[in-house]
Amino acid sequence: MKQSITLNKITQLMGFGFLKPITALFTGKPQKEDIVNFLKKIIVPLLSILLFLGVWQGGSTALFNKEANFKIEKALADQGQAAADEMRACIASGEISCQPNTLPSPSQVWASFKTLLEDHKVISADKLAFKEKTAVMNEKRIAAGKEPITYTGRPSFVDQIFTSLKTVFAGFLLALVIAVPIGVVIGLSTTLRSSFNWLIQIFKPVSPVVWLLLVFMIVKTLTKDSNSDSAFIISFISVGLCSMWATLVNTAMGVSSVDKDYINVAKVLKLGPMQKVFKVILPSSLPLIFTGLRITLSVAWMVLIAIELLAQSPGLGSFVWEEFQNGAIDSNSKIIVAMFIIGIIGFLLDRIMLTIQNMVSFNKNEGV
Amino acid sequence: MKTATINTDTSTLSENGIQFPSKVMLDLHNLKKVYPTPKGDYVVLEDLNLQIMKEEFVTIIGHSGCGKTTMLSMIAGLNPISGGNIAVLGNPVKGPGPDRGVIFQAPSLMPWMTALENVLLGVNQVFPHASKKERKDIAKYYLHKVGLDGSFDKKAIALSQGMQQRVGIARAFAIKPKVLLLDEPFGMLDSLTRGELQDILIEIWNKEKITAVMITHDVDEAIFLADRVVMMTSGPSAKIGDILNIDFERPRTRKSVLEHDDYYKYRKHLIEFLEH
Repeated sequence: MKQSITLNKITQLMGFGFLKPITALFTGKPQKEDIVNFLKKIIVPLLSILLFLGVWQGGSTALFNKEANFKIEKALADQGQAAADEMRACIASGEISCQPNTLPSPSQVWASFKTLLEDHKVISADKLAFKEKTAVMNEKRIAAGKEPITYTGRPSFVDQIFTSLKTVFAGFLLALVIAVPIGVVIGLSTTLRSSFNWLIQIFKPVSPVVWLLLVFMIVKTLTKDSNSDSAFIISFISVGLCSMWATLVNTAMGVSSVDKDYINVAKVLKLGPMQKVFKVILPSSLPLIFTGLRITLSVAWMVLIAIELLAQSPGLGSFVWEEFQNGAIDSNSKIIVAMFIIGIIGFLLDRIMLTIQNMVSFNKNEGV
Repeated sequence: MKTATINTDTSTLSENGIQFPSKVMLDLHNLKKVYPTPKGDYVVLEDLNLQIMKEEFVTIIGHSGCGKTTMLSMIAGLNPISGGNIAVLGNPVKGPGPDRGVIFQAPSLMPWMTALENVLLGVNQVFPHASKKERKDIAKYYLHKVGLDGSFDKKAIALSQGMQQRVGIARAFAIKPKVLLLDEPFGMLDSLTRGELQDILIEIWNKEKITAVMITHDVDEAIFLADRVVMMTSGPSAKIGDILNIDFERPRTRKSVLEHDDYYKYRKHLIEFLEH
């Protein structure tokens, strides 16, 4: 029994409260209301997924037919009846060269997902083989003071995911390091708040693309005489600058709106300025700071894709762009796979932040 | 038994500023509070004179909005004085400080700290030279006194309203203030809890004898706790309307107070004042 309580607590804390009906059903004796709950919270959402897939399937079939008819009619108009019949037969046979290029169906996307995983396995094996092959030579090169030879083959889809995660975390950390201290300082002083407000209000709505260009101008010059990975530097700094505003504003708001009672207590006890900040103001604004950080992380993940795409920095963004340029028959479905992966990772990142937020929040009702 | 009247001890400071031994702890002289508004100044308090003796427990009663809380927060130094002066043992009040402990209407505990940490926050500040253990012992002693033995390490947010206010009482006594200021500390509690906390408050107070000024809306509470009940007139320009000496012996119990012949006489006096 105790185990199920802690299990429920963990799922609740992580915002996976919707899993409760399942845990209730499989831990201890299922009650009648547990079963009703199970139907309500599990079966109905499952039906909604089926509905989504159905609409998708229907939509893609309709688009496919439209594109196919267009092709056939074009063949008829250009080359006559024989060519049209040939085209119709070609499309029906599933021949790759004449398939209409349109929204892929769920099954095609699933197939592409499996292809990408296979591809990852092949590339990983390749990498491992390369490493083994070059191990001895690299040792010699290092001993001789030369750079070791590294694998320069195409990165797999899974590699791209990890590259994107690395970039987003670097950007998020940058945002945290910049926005929280500045937010605290601005929040403490009304004068500073009103004098820097224009800057925040003007730069907050600037598009990620413009930030990227600005960072590009600066970093390009700064890294002129070093061989560091400037695409990565540019993209993580741009991500940080785009996403830090929510944390900055929320921190300043949290610090400036500390409950007056707490401030009065600090005054009566004559706490010094440092103690006042670290013992009263910061702890009391932590929930708002974390709300800001949570928004920052989700914004960072969202702009990351666009920034990678523009900065030619490796990651999911450039994967999507390359597939789009590539125009192979399964490119469209690979793009949709990437879309789902991006969405799911974004969701997981948000849940992680929510968990941390709930842990630091002294007011358990805050944060949904 | 105290028969403190205003005129036994008139002045704490002579003309040249030398302090004489005095029984006066807190001296409010011609106190005035004005809030500027667009339509002109709003005078909350005017010509308010009150002297509170050492080891005296004074309750202040009056209609809502008459300026009781304003007066108390001016004594605490949290609200600037517009005219006149406030002195603690002859020293004018210039700002807040731990010589005037405050128990607020809301418990005002730091919700992210435990009960013990909340009390320690003040103790650390007032006894910086004591060892860590000594400071902890002081905090624990007062938490024990308010009946929170088992809850030292509970987060303030996990405590009930009544328990939180107990921590508030412990925090205020633990910093050993010269004056204790209580701003309707039990106003938000149900009557049963309120009775319990009154008993706890008076029990600690009997031991520590810290001069106390308490605002209340509750006539019975005012009589049960106080040596003197100060009645304030309704605002604007509120001042002291009347003062009632409560001549019950201490230590008091609720039963002995309720059964005392004078109890209903006092009660009638206060209610008549409030109804006019």
